[in-house]
Amino acid sequence: MSNSHFVRTQMLPPQKPPVGETGVIKWMRENLFSNWFNTLLTFLGLWAVYALVSGSAPWFLNGVWTASSVDECRAIIAASAGEGASGACWAMINERWHQFMFGFFDREEYWRPLLAFGLLFVALSPVLYFNLRRPTMIMTAGAGVVLVMLLWAVGTDGWHLSLAAVLMAALAALAWVAPKKLLWVTLAFPATAFFLLWGGSVWAPIGVMLGFGIAVLVWRSLVSVIGVSPAAGVAALTALIWWGFVQGHVTGFLANALPFFSLPAEDSDRFGGFLLSFVIGVSAISASLPIGILLALGRRSDMFLIKTLSVGFIEFVRGVPLITMLFTASLLLQYFLPPQTNFDLILRVIILVSLFASAYIAEVIRGGLAALPRGQQEAADSLGLDYWQAQRLIIMPQALKVAIPGIVSSFIGLFKDTTLVALVGLADPLQGVTKVVKADIAWKAAYWEPFIFVGAIFFIFCFSMSRYSMYLEQKLKTDHR
Amino acid sequence: MAMVSDAPKGNFRLSMLVYDTRYRSFTIQVIVLGLFIAFVAWLLLNLQANLAAKDKDISYSFLFNRAGYDIDQQLIPYTNDSTHGRALFVGLFNTLAVSIAACFAATLIGVTAGVLRLSKNWIVGRLMTVYIEVFRNVPLLLWILLAFSIFAQVMPEPKDFKVTQEMVDQGLEPPAQKIFFDSIAITNRGTNVPAPLLDRPLGSVSVLDVPINLSVLAAIAVIWGSFWVNGRIRASAKAIQEDTGIRPVTWWKSLLVLIVPTTALLLALGFHLEVPAFAADENGVSKGFNFVGGISLAHSFTALFLALSIYHGTYIAEAVRGGILAISRGQTEAAYALGLRPNRTMNLIILPQALRVIVPPLISQYLNITKNSTLGMAISYLDLKGTLGGITLNQTGRELECMLLMMLIYLILSLTISLGMNIFNNSVKLKER
Amino acid sequence: MKKSVFLGTLAATTVLSGAVFAATLDDVKARGELICGANTGLTGFAAPDANGEYQGFDAALCKAVAAAVLGDPTKVKFVPLTGETRFTALASGEVDLLVRNSTWTYSRDTDLKFDFVAVNYYDGQGFMVKKDLGVASAKELDGATVCIQTGTTTELNLADFFKSNNITYTPVTVVDDTEAANQYLAGACDAYTTDASGLAATRATLADAENHIILPEIISKEPLGPVVRHGDNNWGDIVRWTYYALLIAEEKGITKANLEEVAASTTDPETRRLLGLEGEMGVMMGLDNNWAKNAIAVSGNYGEIFEANLGTSTPIGLARGLNALWTQGGLQYAPPVR
Repeated sequence: MSNSHFVRTQMLPPQKPPVGETGVIKWMRENLFSNWFNTLLTFLGLWAVYALVSGSAPWFLNGVWTASSVDECRAIIAASAGEGASGACWAMINERWHQFMFGFFDREEYWRPLLAFGLLFVALSPVLYFNLRRPTMIMTAGAGVVLVMLLWAVGTDGWHLSLAAVLMAALAALAWVAPKKLLWVTLAFPATAFFLLWGGSVWAPIGVMLGFGIAVLVWRSLVSVIGVSPAAGVAALTALIWWGFVQGHVTGFLANALPFFSLPAEDSDRFGGFLLSFVIGVSAISASLPIGILLALGRRSDMFLIKTLSVGFIEFVRGVPLITMLFTASLLLQYFLPPQTNFDLILRVIILVSLFASAYIAEVIRGGLAALPRGQQEAADSLGLDYWQAQRLIIMPQALKVAIPGIVSSFIGLFKDTTLVALVGLADPLQGVTKVVKADIAWKAAYWEPFIFVGAIFFIFCFSMSRYSMYLEQKLKTDHR
Repeated sequence: MAMVSDAPKGNFRLSMLVYDTRYRSFTIQVIVLGLFIAFVAWLLLNLQANLAAKDKDISYSFLFNRAGYDIDQQLIPYTNDSTHGRALFVGLFNTLAVSIAACFAATLIGVTAGVLRLSKNWIVGRLMTVYIEVFRNVPLLLWILLAFSIFAQVMPEPKDFKVTQEMVDQGLEPPAQKIFFDSIAITNRGTNVPAPLLDRPLGSVSVLDVPINLSVLAAIAVIWGSFWVNGRIRASAKAIQEDTGIRPVTWWKSLLVLIVPTTALLLALGFHLEVPAFAADENGVSKGFNFVGGISLAHSFTALFLALSIYHGTYIAEAVRGGILAISRGQTEAAYALGLRPNRTMNLIILPQALRVIVPPLISQYLNITKNSTLGMAISYLDLKGTLGGITLNQTGRELECMLLMMLIYLILSLTISLGMNIFNNSVKLKER
Repeated sequence: MKKSVFLGTLAATTVLSGAVFAATLDDVKARGELICGANTGLTGFAAPDANGEYQGFDAALCKAVAAAVLGDPTKVKFVPLTGETRFTALASGEVDLLVRNSTWTYSRDTDLKFDFVAVNYYDGQGFMVKKDLGVASAKELDGATVCIQTGTTTELNLADFFKSNNITYTPVTVVDDTEAANQYLAGACDAYTTDASGLAATRATLADAENHIILPEIISKEPLGPVVRHGDNNWGDIVRWTYYALLIAEEKGITKANLEEVAASTTDPETRRLLGLEGEMGVMMGLDNNWAKNAIAVSGNYGEIFEANLGTSTPIGLARGLNALWTQGGLQYAPPVR
């Protein structure tokens, strides 16, 4: 009897899986053809992609970039792609892109809105990454690089180009050395942007900022004596007196004495296109933040009257369409302001849009407040902090952090909604500028091109902002449970 | 505050209004009230002064004057001899029509896209992502204008549907054909759909100058009645099931109850569809400019409806996706462990729970749809903004009255919607003990 | 957080104030700028060009008024207004002068409290149809679909016309005139109705103009002209007479080119009064004596402005028609300067 036996000492190499279970085929089986319904969906999807691409590709491929009128475009397309071929006439955009971007802003002065746009990111960086050296520096430097490229693209003269480059480099260096100091840029940004956009004497915006400075000084010196709310009241009153009665004389005198610090003035009726969208969007959102915080606090207040007023305002504004607010700005405001007061439509629109946005921001912040556990407020109370100290040191920093994605999406919504200002006669990029351009007989027949151009730019801005807000949401997700 | 009980009593000093937390909130409220009243008074005084300066008054009597303009889509009878007040209601009903239709369509699109975005099918998931990102990151106004342009520029003209003598002679077909069994014609002027007509209608009664169609009322009553009976049948079936464990077969009863009475009513009233068509002579040659018969939906309506539902569909899709993702995976796994099939898991376990997360954003989307229907003014959809806030305002020059009335109506609409949806929200909310 | 931008803007922007309703002239002089309400963009009448400068028939009148009042045609600011916002803007004093194709009607003159000081363009509403529709008269349009711009008098005229002829129509309402023309061209309607000038302008720019006809019926009177507020008669006079100065200049053969030459050599008493060589005509209105000369120097006389913006040499190619001088069979007639 042979008792030889066989023990395998080596493992068999694993066999290759069946062809259907590897690589592309497996992936396709699992992801595209897992059952009949999925297969159907796959083919439907493929058909939709094919239909879209085959339908629009010739039109895009036949596009003409240089021509002086739509008729010339058509002639070129007919010559190159054959009679009856359709094609885009991008020449319209090529000739008039500056109006889509800047409206009727002086072409020599394009560096001003662009510089303000670049500074916007510098001003935002300490808000988003307070006292974090690397991200602040990267954001500032990135904004600088993009700014210089944009300035070069619109053909800015060398002097302003280098001025902007040096300024942005200095700010990037500041962000690296003392990221906290960048907060001063944020505080100065409203006045800077105003000066860059509207021009005129530099002393007017400085005077306005001084008003805020005076208010802060008064508040600081009084707060320990008479308490928070009375001090705030007195401070506000002082600032109002400064703006109403003193500032005009001081800045007028300074403007006469030192006239060289000024830029050519641009009237706001020369704003248009995406410049207008950004001016309305950014100023409305930044103005609505403080109002929104106050409204959100008011809505949670124990005081019946304050709560009622806040809820009433928020629900009223959220209950009416934005268009009615815009028409209020253009038609109704004149009935409710003192007779013979008159200031320009863009400003009125900004004010009304800010009020509109503040109701939405208030709800976003209320969401942030609601996400905080009650224990936070109780802990603050037990430490003996008063209401405003608790809000400033404990509640708001946490609530605002939770609310940032909501604020960003409010901004995206508002930015898209700025296209509605065309309905009250302002030159928004979608309808206003398009109408102006199409009033020129050469471009009258252009139809789809402005839609696609403006839509693409809106998409780029809104998509990147929404992606950024999603990224922030992920990053800020330190659990509150 | 906890210390209220041991605060000294009796000796009230004026400074306590500021320093004592018991009285401070009172002080603050009085100051705020004073400021608020002063502000309102300031506005009213300005209003009075401005009206005097412009030599105007506030009067709503224009609502009873002849409007003089035409509205291309109307749900209640209206001619240019009707009053501005009636035009207001035509506009209001147009607002409601497009908003309600768009709410339904957006929900449908949104739920489909939201579920499909989570699909394991790679192509479909990506396509839905592209759809959602593209549509929600571009202004709604652009989609409205684009939809309107596509209808006007791309669809065939009505005359392409016409049969000419030449075509009859040579046996040719006209260049454009109606779709859906030769019943719906999409032209660049509007969508012509079949109209439901009755040979023997019940007539109508007029309540407050608004005619109420008795036939429609009868149909609603019958349908509601059959649903009620069906509900009773199902309830008794359930009771039997709970008693005996065996569910009696009810589907044929339900079918019978749901279909027979309605069909009988429709037959009795002589229901038929009137298909839009060109008037034709004896040879089959078409005459006239436009389709005759059927209902013509203006493109301003269709475009606004499509743009609103597709744009807001993306937001609803995101809400649905968020709601589904918010349900923990354990729920799905538990359902599988119980042996439920995937689609029953979705229907019975996931969606009912996700609904609680989905409903609040859904409410705000419905509100947004209603408010954004005002953008129809860009394509001259004559909704409330188009009639009261547009042409009426323009013809009468009564901007103050028109705008205030319009804001009030929109406010009432919004508050009604949020009230209704909040009641629904409370009914699906987790009942906590 | 950023301090509210708009508060700063609000405080820093000089709030324009003053007696808006009384002395517009003083306001304009104090401001050093004329604010003119204009169309948001209408080919030939008023639209910003590639440099953002307003050009066109209406814009030229504004510039002439600015030159007459301030001596400088560039001191004018155009505020684009929509059909809905135009009258409010004028009533609230946001603009000094409205030149935006506004039809002079009874209720606008009385109920809305405006003054139409002159008629710079006599227009009338007409219809354009495609030739292959086989229609020769507007009365044959029974059952037709008509493209029309909302919110204007054309809408009311259309309803009245069809009503009085006892025929029906379906309106396709479109928000602005350009879009209405687009809809018509795409075939979304059988007929396109607007002012005859607009019809002619649209037809002139078509590649296949011979396939479109303008029907003979003119269904309304559309006198278009500059509008000012009620109650400031001096300002109304200034606008009216600036316009008449342009008309008289055409009558007298004074053009932009020969203006200086005429001023130096003329012996005609009325011309001398007009050009400020004799008498104190400008001072009577509170202006400079060479107000009319300044106005004419901007873009020439009425005829020249018409030809440059709307006339047969432009793509719009409008004939003078009713807008010819009264001496040439038209309606444009200026009272004497005396």
